[in-house]
Amino acid sequence: MQTEDHLLPETLTLVQAPECHEEEYELVYHKPATMVDVHMHYCPGCAHSLVHKLLMEVVEEMDIQEQTIGIAPVGCSVFAYDYMNIDMQEAAHGRAAAVATAVKRLMPEKYVFTYQGDGDLAAIGIAETLHAINRGENILIVFMNNAVYGMTSGQMAPTTLAGMKTTTSPDGRDTGFYGAPIKVAELMAMLPGAFYVTRQTVNNAAAVRKTKKALEKAFNYQKLKRGTCLVEIIGNCPSNWKMTPMEASKFIDEEMVKTFPAGDIKLPKADELKIKPEEP
Amino acid sequence: MTTEAKLMKGNEALAEAAIQAGCDAYFGYPITPQSEVLEYLAREMPKHKRIVMQAESEIASINMVYGAAGAGFRSMTSSSSPGISLMQEGISYLAGAELPCLIVNVNRAGPGLGTIQPGQGDYFQSVKGGGHGDYKMIVLAPASVQEMADFVYLGFDLADKYRNPVLILSDGAIGQMMEKVVFHPYTNPNVDKSSWATTGKPKTRERNYITSLFIQPERMEVHNLKLEAKYKLIRENEVRFEEINTADAEYLFVAYGLSARICQKAMDIAREKGIKVGLLRPICVYPYPYKRLEELAAQSKFMLSVELNSGQMVEDVQLAVKGKVPVEFYGKLGGLLPTPEEIVLQLETLIQKHHAN
Repeated sequence: MQTEDHLLPETLTLVQAPECHEEEYELVYHKPATMVDVHMHYCPGCAHSLVHKLLMEVVEEMDIQEQTIGIAPVGCSVFAYDYMNIDMQEAAHGRAAAVATAVKRLMPEKYVFTYQGDGDLAAIGIAETLHAINRGENILIVFMNNAVYGMTSGQMAPTTLAGMKTTTSPDGRDTGFYGAPIKVAELMAMLPGAFYVTRQTVNNAAAVRKTKKALEKAFNYQKLKRGTCLVEIIGNCPSNWKMTPMEASKFIDEEMVKTFPAGDIKLPKADELKIKPEEP
Repeated sequence: MTTEAKLMKGNEALAEAAIQAGCDAYFGYPITPQSEVLEYLAREMPKHKRIVMQAESEIASINMVYGAAGAGFRSMTSSSSPGISLMQEGISYLAGAELPCLIVNVNRAGPGLGTIQPGQGDYFQSVKGGGHGDYKMIVLAPASVQEMADFVYLGFDLADKYRNPVLILSDGAIGQMMEKVVFHPYTNPNVDKSSWATTGKPKTRERNYITSLFIQPERMEVHNLKLEAKYKLIRENEVRFEEINTADAEYLFVAYGLSARICQKAMDIAREKGIKVGLLRPICVYPYPYKRLEELAAQSKFMLSVELNSGQMVEDVQLAVKGKVPVEFYGKLGGLLPTPEEIVLQLETLIQKHHAN
């Protein structure tokens, strides 16, 4: 499959960047070489593209492109493998943690991560996720929580906020009928196999930097062979929230974090920060 | 490797053959009548430094197989009918993403929870698709404990050769019964998977990715046509069947797996009575021996498909003979097995019926 497959229709012309003479400038930022140089299919303002980039920056900075295998979900980020310049597998809906389990067990020295949305992980895939974490699989689960099914255009997810309107909860999520939104990070942190669990946001520059740090930590922790790292990231979905990206950022600060507070939920103990000795 | 005969259960012979075949990883979930496979491998695989895992469900099992196969490892799972139903989505993904692996169905009688006794009710599911979309698997149908072992080697090799899942369609009786088995020396052809397996992207090559997603219909069609070309090759090259007493046969039993074993005995009894009956046993039920059955139609007064279901493979026999001869069916349901005498009686009744016509 070619990366151009789902790109913009030809009728849309892209704005050409002005000519730049590199020698005249100091390079302060570059797109990581671990990203494929193509336009993304994500909606304007969507957090997926940003988090893809953060992940790939970490892979580049740690120089682990050759050791990293990613598992893509079903959902908006189903095409993650078109953007991340690493070996990847596209899993069936919800099954990324099972796929990652096998990849990591067979290649324990590699870095393995799944990248999943809230429908994929918290609804159809919660069993695979819970059991992978309970087994303490030495993988990183990147959990993008934007409280809706994005790709299928805005249906209610297990993480949809109480009272939040979606196409399948047109009067707002009735928690008496559907239950309360699932707090995945808190739930999974209860499992002994969870080594590092954190929830981050990416709706401002400081938060982006913190998220990158969390991802960096989680990749490094894989070397310790001590269990699963879960990084939940409060994403956004301007298209389905029917907001501008700026309004969506505000919604995260004002509403999303009330249900999904940002911060570390489970941190490794000091004496666990060394490689787990192999059992005889 | 020893080549002396051992007395083993079908399920255990299959499990041992997986080890001999260099299976890197097995993922499974307990279900009767095949739990011995998981139990045997849970005990033996670690000794060979291979991966064996009891998954949380058959859904997880098949997706673990996907992950392992996608990373280029020889991987397998086994289950019985209800569990295989749960795996259908995963099997479709494996076929769509062209991942080689071995899946074993120790068929029990259904539908629903059914019974733990043997059945052949999963024939359609196995050979006509099962999961969603256009795909096919090579389906091997063992009729003995020996074949439970042999088909593991063959199955892995065919899976690697065609980059396609292969199914062993056994049943509760073949899985549970004990017979002698010899583990023949086997050499893994070690097919090079580096051009597609996700082992980590070195600077020297483009990234590898495993997917069955082709969002543009034009690309999807190209992929479908590529798969179909592969299935055509499989239909041309991998038809396997066994014939017994067909040279002078006026009547033909058609049966696979356990039913073929019973028909073989029925054939011996009938022959002693002077009835010239032969047996065609499809070894592969996909691809199916349509051509050979059509040839045999020229000499047969009728064919009798004997199955442990309400009539599934009989439709393929009908397709094969194109109406040239009558095709009859005899089936046992609910996990019951027909006796050879019962089949002979059925044969005699049918001979009378067709003679009267």
